[in-house]
Amino acid sequence: MSESAVLTEPSQCELTLDNLLESAEGQKVLTCMQCGTCAGTCPYGDVTEYPPRRIIGMLKAGELDTVLRSGSLLNCVACYACMAKCPRGIQLTEVLLPLVKERTFAQLPEVPAELQKALQNTLRYGNPMGESPRKRADWVKTAGVPIRILHQDPRPTDVLWFVECYTSYHPRGQDNSRATAKLLHALGIDFAILGNEEKCATECARLVGEAGLFDTLMDYNMKVFGKYQFKRILTSGAHAYDAFKYRYGSIGFDYPLEHTTPFFAQYHKQLKPKLMKKLDCTITYHDSCCLGRHNDFYDEPRLLLQAIPGVKLVEMEHNRVNSICCGGGGGGMWLDTYYKAKGYERLSERRVKEALATGADVLAVSCPYEVSRFEDAIKTVGGGSKMIVRDVVELLAESLEA
Amino acid sequence: MNILVLLKMVPDVVEELEVAGDGKSLDASFLRTIINERDDHALEQAILLKERHGGKVTVVALDAPDIDDTFFTAIAKGADRAVKITDAPEGLTTQSAARLCAEAIAGLLPADLILTGVQALDDLDGLSAALIAQQLNFPYVGVVTAVSAGGPTATVLKEFAGGVRGEFAVTLPAVLGVQAAEKPPRYVPIAKVRAVMKTSKIETVSAPGEAAAAQIDVRQLAKPVVSSHAEMLDGSPEEVAGKLVELLAQRGLL
Amino acid sequence: MPSNIWVLAETWRGQVTETTLELLTLGRELGGKLEVVLLGNKSLAASLVGADNVLCAENVAPTPEAVAAALTQLVKERQPQAVLVPWTNLSMDAGALAAAQLNAPFIGGCKDIKADAGTLVAQCVVYGGKLEAAVAATTTPALFGVLPGARAASSGNAPAVTDVTVTLPEAKVKFTKYLEPEAGDVDITQQNVLVAVGRGIQTKDNMELANDLAAALGGAVCGSRPVIDQGWLPLSRQVGKSGMQVKPKLYVMLGISGAPEHVEGIKGAQLIVAVNTDAAAPVFNVAHYGIVGDALEIAPALTDAVKAKK
Repeated sequence: MSESAVLTEPSQCELTLDNLLESAEGQKVLTCMQCGTCAGTCPYGDVTEYPPRRIIGMLKAGELDTVLRSGSLLNCVACYACMAKCPRGIQLTEVLLPLVKERTFAQLPEVPAELQKALQNTLRYGNPMGESPRKRADWVKTAGVPIRILHQDPRPTDVLWFVECYTSYHPRGQDNSRATAKLLHALGIDFAILGNEEKCATECARLVGEAGLFDTLMDYNMKVFGKYQFKRILTSGAHAYDAFKYRYGSIGFDYPLEHTTPFFAQYHKQLKPKLMKKLDCTITYHDSCCLGRHNDFYDEPRLLLQAIPGVKLVEMEHNRVNSICCGGGGGGMWLDTYYKAKGYERLSERRVKEALATGADVLAVSCPYEVSRFEDAIKTVGGGSKMIVRDVVELLAESLEA
Repeated sequence: MNILVLLKMVPDVVEELEVAGDGKSLDASFLRTIINERDDHALEQAILLKERHGGKVTVVALDAPDIDDTFFTAIAKGADRAVKITDAPEGLTTQSAARLCAEAIAGLLPADLILTGVQALDDLDGLSAALIAQQLNFPYVGVVTAVSAGGPTATVLKEFAGGVRGEFAVTLPAVLGVQAAEKPPRYVPIAKVRAVMKTSKIETVSAPGEAAAAQIDVRQLAKPVVSSHAEMLDGSPEEVAGKLVELLAQRGLL
Repeated sequence: MPSNIWVLAETWRGQVTETTLELLTLGRELGGKLEVVLLGNKSLAASLVGADNVLCAENVAPTPEAVAAALTQLVKERQPQAVLVPWTNLSMDAGALAAAQLNAPFIGGCKDIKADAGTLVAQCVVYGGKLEAAVAATTTPALFGVLPGARAASSGNAPAVTDVTVTLPEAKVKFTKYLEPEAGDVDITQQNVLVAVGRGIQTKDNMELANDLAAALGGAVCGSRPVIDQGWLPLSRQVGKSGMQVKPKLYVMLGISGAPEHVEGIKGAQLIVAVNTDAAAPVFNVAHYGIVGDALEIAPALTDAVKAKK
C-alpha cells in the first residue's frame, strides 16, 4: 500500500545561505584562497560564468544576487570534481553549491520544463519518471529468484535492499536489479526490499537545489525504515548512498550502510569461485562521481571486474579521481534539453569518446544513470561501434554459473 | 484586478483506476487525487494576470482529500487567499457541485474574473464554468487560451480546431472556462510551499443551502469494451522493428 | 408519445460540420421526430440531410451567450426530449450554458446513446478514456455532448425548414475575429505518413528520434497537445480535438496514451501503429498494430530497419 509523501513541517533547522558563514562549514568556505582549481577541473568550466571560486568571492562581497540572476548554477552537474580537488577541502558540491542552487531556483523566471516535471513527479509519485508507485516492485516478477517484500512479509531481515528509482522502473535499471538479486541469492544473503513503500532518496533533486523536496521524502523514508527490523541497508543507487550517508543522519539515520559495488567486493572470496563463465572481453571502467571521488571506492569495482574470468581491464585517459562525469547527477539527467539549447557538449558524449579510444568491448559502470546516458552517447558518437555498456553487477551476474 | 479561481481535485489517472464492487463508482482504496489539469492552467492564467495588472487572486475549492496541499501550493505560486468550502454533501455531480460553489463564490464577490478549467475528466453532467456563469448571471466563454484585461472588457482567445483561435471581447465581470494558460503552470520549490504552510491560513466557509438533486443516474462504470484491439508485436526493439517493416512493405507503405 | 430529438447544428467556414451530420444519424436511431436547430445561414439547411425539420434562426452571433440564449428559448417553447450537441471546442461551451439555463443535465463525452424504455442512456468516455460510464438522463429535456465519430454522416433527403425568431439578450460577449495559425512549413492534413509524438517522448531532444523516423518513412512529424503546449512543435502540427484532423495512410504513434481528444483527430488514418510503455493504454484500442515498449528505443530501431529495407 503506498502512502503519499505528505508535505510536513521542516525536520529541523537546516543550513541556509543566511546562516552558512557563521557555521563551521561556513568558516571553511571563508578559507578559499581563490586558486581556481575548481574552475579548472569543472567539466563545464569553460561555459560556467560563476565557478565555485567566483561564487565564494561574490558571497564574501555580499554580491551573491548577481550570481543567482545569472542562472550559471544550472550548469553544475554535481560531479564532485571541484570538491575532490579543493586544496582547502571545502564542501563545495556537498554543501555550498546546493544552497546557492536553491536560491537560484527561487529566482528563476522559468524552471526548465523537464526538470520541473521530474521534481513534481518525485513529490507526487516518489520517482522522477512519473510512474505509478504501485508498479515500483513489478520488476520482481521477472527477477528469477525469490525476493521478499517487507510489507507482505515483515519478518526481520539481515539486509534491507533499497533498490531506488531507475533500478526499479527503467528497463536497463531493472536489468541491474535482476543481476543484483541473482548475486545476493548466489551468496546466500538474507535480504528484503520495501517494494512500493520505497520512494526516491531524492539526492539529485537536493543537489539541484530542492532541499524542501529532499526533506519531505527523507521524512517519509525514515518513517518507513522505522517500521521494519534489519541489520544494514544496501542500495543500488550511488546518489541514494550519499543521501543516507551524509544527510539522513540529521534525523537519526544510523543504520550500517553499503552500496552494492563495494558490498560485493567484500564478498570477493566467496564470489570469485562462482564466476565460472568466461566473458572474454576488454573492459574499461568508468568511475562514477559518487562512488569514486566522493567516497573513494576506486579499487572495489576493479577488484570485482578482475575476478571475472577472461576479462582484461584498460583505463581511460581520465580515471579515478579525474573521471569525467556522465552528466546525469545534480539534475543533469533532466537538463539535457536545456544544455543542448545552450550549445554545450553532452558530458556523456565526451566520456564515451574516451572509452572508445581505449578500444574496449565493454564500458563498465556502477551508477544507474550512466547506463542509458552512455548507451545513448554511443549511438550518437560511436560511429557504429559495437561497444556495450554494462553495470559491474550485470557483468558479475553474467559470469555466475547458471 | 480581483480574480477568483475555482479548483477541484480529480482522480489521478497515472494510477490504474479500479471500479468498486457496486460497478458504478471508483474503488477508493488505491485512488489518488490530483488537481484538475485545466484548473491548474486557470490558476496559472490568474497569476499571470495578477503579475501584469496587480490585484488579488483568491482560490476556492470544495473540501476534498489533499486539497490543503493544493491550496498551499497555489499560495506559494502567488495566490493571496484560499477559501475552502466545507460540509458539502457526499456524492455531488459536476452540476450540483458547481451550483454549490457558485453560491459560495457569490459571497466572495465583487470580482473582475472568475476562472476555472473548461472541463474535468470526471465531469458527467455539465461544465462548471458555464453553470457558475449562469447562476451568477455573468458572461461566459469556454475553451480559453489567452486573456488580456485592463478596463471594463477583457479580450479572450478561444481555441477552435485546426489551430484556429477566435477573439472575443467580454464585458467584466465574467466567467472563463480555461483550456490552457498562456504559459505552462509554473514550478514552485517545495521549500516555499512548506514555508507557506507555516505562515498561511486557509479560510473556510460552510457549504450554503442544499445540493440540488442529481439529474443523472450512473448505471455502470467499466473498462471500455473494445470492439477491436491492436495486434501486438513482441520482441526486442530490433525484432519488433523488423516485423513492422515487413508489414509495412507488404502494404506498399515503404 | 414519440420523443423529439434535436441536434444543435454547428457550422464552420460556411459549412455544416461533419460531426453535425453524424449526430443526425444518431438522433434518427433514438426515435421520434428529428429536428435540427440551425443558428446560421438558411441556405445551409439543405445539407442537413436525414433530419425531418430544421428550426432556423439567422443572425445569431457565434458566441456561447447568443447560441445558448437561442437554444434555451427554443427548447423551452418546444420541449424536445433531448438535444444532441457536438462535443467540440466549437459547441461545448454554448451547450453547457444552455443546459445551465434550462437547469438540465449536459452529459458530455458521449460515444453512443441508446433509448431504454423511454430513457436515454449515454455511453460516456471518462477519465481520459480509461473508463466508460453508462449515464442515464433522469429528467427532460436533457442535453448530450456527442463525440465526433460516434456514427457515420447522415444521408437522405433535405429537410423541411421552419423559420423561428429568438430574442437575444444585450451582448456582453462580442466576437471580433478569427486568428489563423502561422503558416506551417508542412500541411500535416496532406501527408501520407505521419509520426506522432506524445508525452512519452519525454524531452525536446528526443524529438530527433521522431524526425529521423519520419524522414526515413518519407513523412512528417506531428504531435498531441502536451507536446505543442511545451513548445516542442508549432500549433500547425497539433492533431486532435483542438488541432487538425488527419487522414494519412500510415500513422505511427510514439508515447501517446490515446485519450479521446487526440484520437478524434485520426479517425481517417488508415493504418495506425502505436508504441507505448503501458500495455493498458487506451491507444491500443484504436491502433491496428501495437508495441509495448519505450518509444525512445523502438523509434531508432524502426528507423534503422526502414532504412535497411529501402
